[in-house]
Amino acid sequence: MEFSPNIVGFACQWCTYAGADLAGNLRCKYPSTVKLIKVPCSGRVEPEYVMQALARGADGVFVGGCHFGDCHYKTGNYKTSRRMMLLTKLLSDMGIAKDRFRLEWISGAEGKKFAETITEYTEQVKKIGPNLFKGGK
Amino acid sequence: MAKVGVYVCHCGSNIAGVVDVAAVREYAETLPDVVVSREYLFMCSDPGQELIRKDIKDGLVDRVVVAACTPRTHEPIFRKALESAGLNKYFFEMANIRDQDSWVHGDDHAGATRKAKQLVASAVAKAANLEALEDTYVDVTQAAMVVGGGVAGIFAALDLANMGHKVYLVEKEPSIGGVMAQLDKTFPTNDCSACILTPIMVEVGTHPNIEMLTYAEVEDVDGYIGNFKVKVRKKQTYVDWTKCTGCGACAEACPAKVPDSFNCGMNDRGAAYIHFPQAVPKKAVVDMKHCLNCAGHKIGQEPRISKKTGEPMLAPCEKACAADAINRSLPWNPEGELIEIEVGTVVLATGYRVMEKEHFKEYAPDSPNVLTALQMERLISATGPTGGKLLRPSDGKKPKVLDFISCVGSRDIRHHTYCSRVCCMYMIKQARLLMEKYPDLEIYMHFIDVRTPGKDFDEYYTHAAEMGIHFIKGKPGGIEMLPDDRLRVLGYDSAMGENIEVDADLVILATAIELPEDAQKLAQKFSMTMDGSGFFKELHPKLKPVDTPIEGVFLAGCCQGPKDIPDTVAQAKAAAASAAIPLAQKRVKIEPILSEVYPEKCSGCGICVPLCPYNAISLKPYADRPRAVIDMTQCKGCGVCASACPSGAIILHGYTDDQIYSQIAALTQSA
Repeated sequence: MEFSPNIVGFACQWCTYAGADLAGNLRCKYPSTVKLIKVPCSGRVEPEYVMQALARGADGVFVGGCHFGDCHYKTGNYKTSRRMMLLTKLLSDMGIAKDRFRLEWISGAEGKKFAETITEYTEQVKKIGPNLFKGGK
Repeated sequence: MAKVGVYVCHCGSNIAGVVDVAAVREYAETLPDVVVSREYLFMCSDPGQELIRKDIKDGLVDRVVVAACTPRTHEPIFRKALESAGLNKYFFEMANIRDQDSWVHGDDHAGATRKAKQLVASAVAKAANLEALEDTYVDVTQAAMVVGGGVAGIFAALDLANMGHKVYLVEKEPSIGGVMAQLDKTFPTNDCSACILTPIMVEVGTHPNIEMLTYAEVEDVDGYIGNFKVKVRKKQTYVDWTKCTGCGACAEACPAKVPDSFNCGMNDRGAAYIHFPQAVPKKAVVDMKHCLNCAGHKIGQEPRISKKTGEPMLAPCEKACAADAINRSLPWNPEGELIEIEVGTVVLATGYRVMEKEHFKEYAPDSPNVLTALQMERLISATGPTGGKLLRPSDGKKPKVLDFISCVGSRDIRHHTYCSRVCCMYMIKQARLLMEKYPDLEIYMHFIDVRTPGKDFDEYYTHAAEMGIHFIKGKPGGIEMLPDDRLRVLGYDSAMGENIEVDADLVILATAIELPEDAQKLAQKFSMTMDGSGFFKELHPKLKPVDTPIEGVFLAGCCQGPKDIPDTVAQAKAAAASAAIPLAQKRVKIEPILSEVYPEKCSGCGICVPLCPYNAISLKPYADRPRAVIDMTQCKGCGVCASACPSGAIILHGYTDDQIYSQIAALTQSA
């Protein structure tokens, strides 16, 4: 059977979560790999969450927030950007393919972009292959 | 232990047509903490909600998961159902198996069903970890602000004021009126724009509940629904408006020449000017950027003394002002005045601009005889640069052949893909008005197609065709400039299937409606979301058409998207009614999805303090050391602080570590 990655997603409720809903309204098709956890702001996503999902065997972790300047909470996404940049560096150090992780800025109007991003990102994770970790709490 | 009830919705065939609902329901029964799992055709219907209410009342469940559409629209409905059954409404979680599952995985039923199971598991895990929360209430400041004084802002302000609310109407120009004040006549009734708008402008100007702040702009916004603090900059007018009578003598005396924006740059005004003849308030402004400082009398300096007469040498505007409203010797602050206004709700009605012809190189923008439709509007207006006479800008002669081009910048992937909605009708209007006045004119109109969906619109179009106006289906590819200032429109007639060339004296471009740059900046100040076309995005295209993601801020008019005057007025009145609700309720609910510090865990490191975008966190003495405290009235619940706290001392209610970790665990279990 073809490998279908299991991807845990975090999406801010104002932009990317709304964009994912819009993708539904527009019936933009994408693979059923990503399951979103709704958070108020991408700034609520702790790097530990990403680590935890990967440690528990998620094949990929996706974080989506608002474009710079569009954050509902003014500057939350800037903090996300800095935290996730550091996390990406750490992933490589820990021997995890950094491409398993994806950070994207997708607005509530970008349903098509959400679908395209997930399609393309799923292919990327497929290439890396299954995550063999089965740890975590 | 939590007793979770799972309710899987078919949404007719929206979900059930793709997802195996029965399999999802059966799977839910196997999940920890789940005591009952049901499915129903429409969970949001009253019988659907009744299933939930009954299970709660029977003591069967104390946590509810609904697997259906998106919480962005339906969470409030189900929370109410919980509340009405006597359960804390925050013991509720949704699994989005429609918008984010069945609608997007229609070609993969097995994958969609597997994903639905995982989403339900994630929601159940979170539900089991939910905590009871209580709403709090704050008083609402009994005033509203309307930003933008066009026809949308005018009607929103009037309705709010007539309901008895204090209204601050902020307009960046010296007068209210907006683009509608620039129009000659309005379709489909051909009534004069000024005749119907001016009396209403006067009503606004004299309304005891409306405080007009014209020549003013919003600089900063703080606060939340019920308690907005808006900083408004009243720009410097250099004219004492308490004395100015609006006589216009200063404008006549001013020798400076500035392109008159009200007449779309087709004539000049002075640096001292009155916005337009029917302005409300009718007050003069000195535009200091273009002021020539006549007689060497700069602002804030004493006038020079004439050697001949020994008299002080005053600028012409000063001399002309009989009311003594212009005194250049005073220390006018070029920054104007910054005032802070407290309001409970806000209506944004900032309007639009039309694209300039310079964007369209193929349509000979350098020719003075190529006009935008708004310029044409001024050209045929009695208050316009020619007093309403149709004269060619290049030589002041009456044109014989006119050519209109539609969809210039609209429905064009190089510019805007949307339809500007009013162009077809206003072009037909201009053509009809001109034909009525000058029956010898020859008028051609190029359309991609004619769109006339409004009330009485198609009859208006049909009559235009009967009048002998030539309608050509097909978009012209370009315009050639001919030697005698004439223009050759290179068109295509799709009905005849052949090219068509029209030699015209005057060409009118129906350029697209778009959001101006200053409105984009304002959008950021109010944290507005923009739609794909670049306009302000409403909360829901059908059910919340005037609401925004920011509670207490509402939209009206073309800032939300192109629309005609009837639709604008209707939306303005809707926005006013919506903005009046919190004012009438006198208090608004604050959802408890907010951050809180557990002081016993706080080390007092202070990392969270500068992270908060709202300055809601401070260090206050607690037991032996200063520890963080969050001001709940300032907190908006983003959770940035909770994510950063190294001690785990900050909790964001509704999105706690326990809840999110439980969701991660559920999603990483194989379904």
